[in-house]
Amino acid sequence: MPINLIGVEPLYKELNHNTTLSLVRFLLQGGVLMNTGIRSKLAKPVDLKNLREMLKDRLDPKKQRLVVCGDTGCSVCGSRELAPAIEEVLQERGLAGSVELKVTGCLGFCEKGPLVLVFPGAVFYQQVQAEDAAEIVEKTVLRGEIVDRLLYTDPADGRKITCAYDIPFYKLQTRTLLETGWYINPLDIDDYIARGGYAALAKVLDGMPPEAVIAEIKEADLRGRGGAGFPTGLKWEFCRAAAGNEKYILCNADEGDPGAFMDRSLLEGNPHAVLEGIIIAAYAVGAKEGIIYIRIEYPTAVLKIEQAVRQARELGLLGKNILGSGFDFEVIISKGAGAFVCGEETALIRAAEGKVGEPRQKPPFPANAGFRGMPTVINNVETFVNVPLIINRGAAAYHETGTESSGGTKIFCLVGKINNSGLVEVPFGTTLRQIIFGIGGGIKNGKRFKAVQTGGPSGGCLPEEMLDLKVDFKDLAQAGSIMGSGGMIVMDEDTCVVDLARYFLQFLKSESCGKCFSCRVGIQRMLEIYDRLTTGSASIEDLDLLEELAVTVKDTSMCGLGQTSANPVLSTLRYFRDEYLAHVRDKRCPAGVCRSLFRYSIDQDSCIGCGSCAEQCHAGAIVEMEEGCYSINPELCTRCGACVEACVSDAITKG
Amino acid sequence: MKIVVQMTLNGLRIDVDEGMTILEAARFYGMNIPTLCYLEGLSPYGACRLCLVEIGMPGQSKLVTSCTYRVEEGLVVRTDSEWVIKRRKMLIELYLATCPSSKVIQDLASKYHVTTVRFTPWHEDCILCGLCVRMCAEQMQGKAIGFAHRGSNRRVTTPFDKESEVCRLCGGCMYVCPACQSRCQGPQEEQPVCNACLNLQQPCLDYFEDKMCFMDPCVACELDANREVKAKRRP
Repeated sequence: MPINLIGVEPLYKELNHNTTLSLVRFLLQGGVLMNTGIRSKLAKPVDLKNLREMLKDRLDPKKQRLVVCGDTGCSVCGSRELAPAIEEVLQERGLAGSVELKVTGCLGFCEKGPLVLVFPGAVFYQQVQAEDAAEIVEKTVLRGEIVDRLLYTDPADGRKITCAYDIPFYKLQTRTLLETGWYINPLDIDDYIARGGYAALAKVLDGMPPEAVIAEIKEADLRGRGGAGFPTGLKWEFCRAAAGNEKYILCNADEGDPGAFMDRSLLEGNPHAVLEGIIIAAYAVGAKEGIIYIRIEYPTAVLKIEQAVRQARELGLLGKNILGSGFDFEVIISKGAGAFVCGEETALIRAAEGKVGEPRQKPPFPANAGFRGMPTVINNVETFVNVPLIINRGAAAYHETGTESSGGTKIFCLVGKINNSGLVEVPFGTTLRQIIFGIGGGIKNGKRFKAVQTGGPSGGCLPEEMLDLKVDFKDLAQAGSIMGSGGMIVMDEDTCVVDLARYFLQFLKSESCGKCFSCRVGIQRMLEIYDRLTTGSASIEDLDLLEELAVTVKDTSMCGLGQTSANPVLSTLRYFRDEYLAHVRDKRCPAGVCRSLFRYSIDQDSCIGCGSCAEQCHAGAIVEMEEGCYSINPELCTRCGACVEACVSDAITKG
Repeated sequence: MKIVVQMTLNGLRIDVDEGMTILEAARFYGMNIPTLCYLEGLSPYGACRLCLVEIGMPGQSKLVTSCTYRVEEGLVVRTDSEWVIKRRKMLIELYLATCPSSKVIQDLASKYHVTTVRFTPWHEDCILCGLCVRMCAEQMQGKAIGFAHRGSNRRVTTPFDKESEVCRLCGGCMYVCPACQSRCQGPQEEQPVCNACLNLQQPCLDYFEDKMCFMDPCVACELDANREVKAKRRP
């Protein structure tokens, strides 16, 4: 059974695994203990208020705090060693009581990890290693001095920036959803409550009728952040109106796009916000049970959301009669094992039910017949995080950011050939240029921008002339791409779009469930054409066939995976037709990526005859024709490029 | 008591029982929608995609599988519009390239005038329509076979590829299979399309929008000049 009732599953069961144990130790650095003891339940909304009052000193802005990023990116770069080192130094200096050390979720600027923030002042240190721990404590914590070499340098003017909020990467963002993550320990519910957590839930349960909650969400124009952008309020309304007393809330945490990690970061950085959103949604639609479907490839996120559920249950924020309102709600965590297609809602429902994760034809929509055939609301992690925000601020204030049709902000994962890769939050309506060149800091190594793929493998590839496009569900769809869950892969001039589309199709081919014919066969047949294109054996008719096939797959597939699988093909054909034509007509790959379509040759004029290329060539393709005169045998050459790197006089050319 | 809903099918106002699918309604009224994964008595599956029809008013219409879509009041359906026929023909071409030895698919190709195949033939034995799986489970109460793997590796097999203990060798799976029938005649291996049954006297129209000629093969729409047949004539 994939469904586990996590309340019955004691924590030590998780802990007997060595790696998990060290992971938990790392995440708990700083001495905040898990609330494993029984705590008294919050019986009324006022109890929550009193608890927040008690926790007030946690907000003290003068208190010295060291925040270490505990996200996967930073921890593989060394924050796993860094946090214990800092703790050790603090203990040595007798500062363990007065200086707070926190291991948080993702701080956003993954490019420069491991990151450390020192409060007060939000001093931002980048690429910090365990060796730097003593210096940071010694100088910054004790004497208030800045460690210059760990500061961020603005590439524009070479200036060193001390405060995190002054760094362009952060300054240009609107961090509302990610903001709290800087200040809370995700494993500690008290941290969340101290910062106003569960206030929205209390407000809703304290006399706000479910219809009013739905009206508020509708007014805020919150759209589903999972990809399709369906209005969330409308979805809730349909589900509330659907016949039947047994209703379910499903949280889609099966994030599978290559290069996307928004949902993971939210779950790891602020799991209680997700949970609060789920409970409010349940109250609004009248559900008694919720399921968080999370992929098991996110062990830290699983651990944290399980802990969040356990703590919320202890405080009576889950279970029977929540905050004395008479509303009962329970959450189950269901772990999925690696299938991209399970992010599609009908497939996700089947997987959560314990069946094979395959989509089914809609309608009926999950709002009418979903989990166990009952009315179900499925929303993405990020959508749920927006819910408490809307309730707290009010729909009108929330909608001040964003565009007319979609309110609020959206988190993007900016990755690829970009200077500042990381987690970026901007209001809807921000242009791609602002995101890529403002926040992202432009293209790596001063290369030219070529294209940006929005929405992951099923998204579209947008060229330079589309950079002023405002990021919004509607505008992106018109441009032939999708918002998707928010992946943003930036490509430079060295990328071949034909090869890129082929790569995404290959991903989709292996992730297609194979149930419906057009997706299964259509993608394979498109790949056959791409194989011809990249080897130079395609004809001009193949391009028309490819387009016809792509449109057919788009129009006739059963689920979102198939319907969007043609996007990389159609968008590259639309914006980069010249490049396709170069592959077909001239049998040439302009970016020099498709190996069958270019050759390496040695320019005899600049060659100094050192022979280092021949030494590097693993295929034995470079031979000395006469003394000091080398040449490459194209038959043997595998186009690996090792000779180019070995050449000291830049004599090897591609062409 | 049965509830009757009123809908428009190829320009005809018709009454159908609530709960019927578009496919059932269309077949009831004598309009044929091609299918490969549908069989009366088995649950609809929606995987062959051939039964696609266009619903909604022009401009806001979409393609849906008629075998799973239930009729609703005021629904407007076009079973043979330009959009539907274009996509259906491409699908048939893909089917032919996958499984050229099936008589059922060869006949479909002839009927829809699919005369060329632009893909390399695969000569598969199975189109994964799932009829056999559902036949075994739903009609024979056998559940001896099912799908294994996913995507391009997906296939029908017994659990763990072992000889099934529950299979009664009834042959129901073979009986319903659209792919394992042999060809009507044998065109060359490298020529995947047979077209022996191709009707050389082509119907006068390729597709129909709101009004449809119900003669099969169509003979007489040209005789009636007043009929608003909004479709393109074959050149």
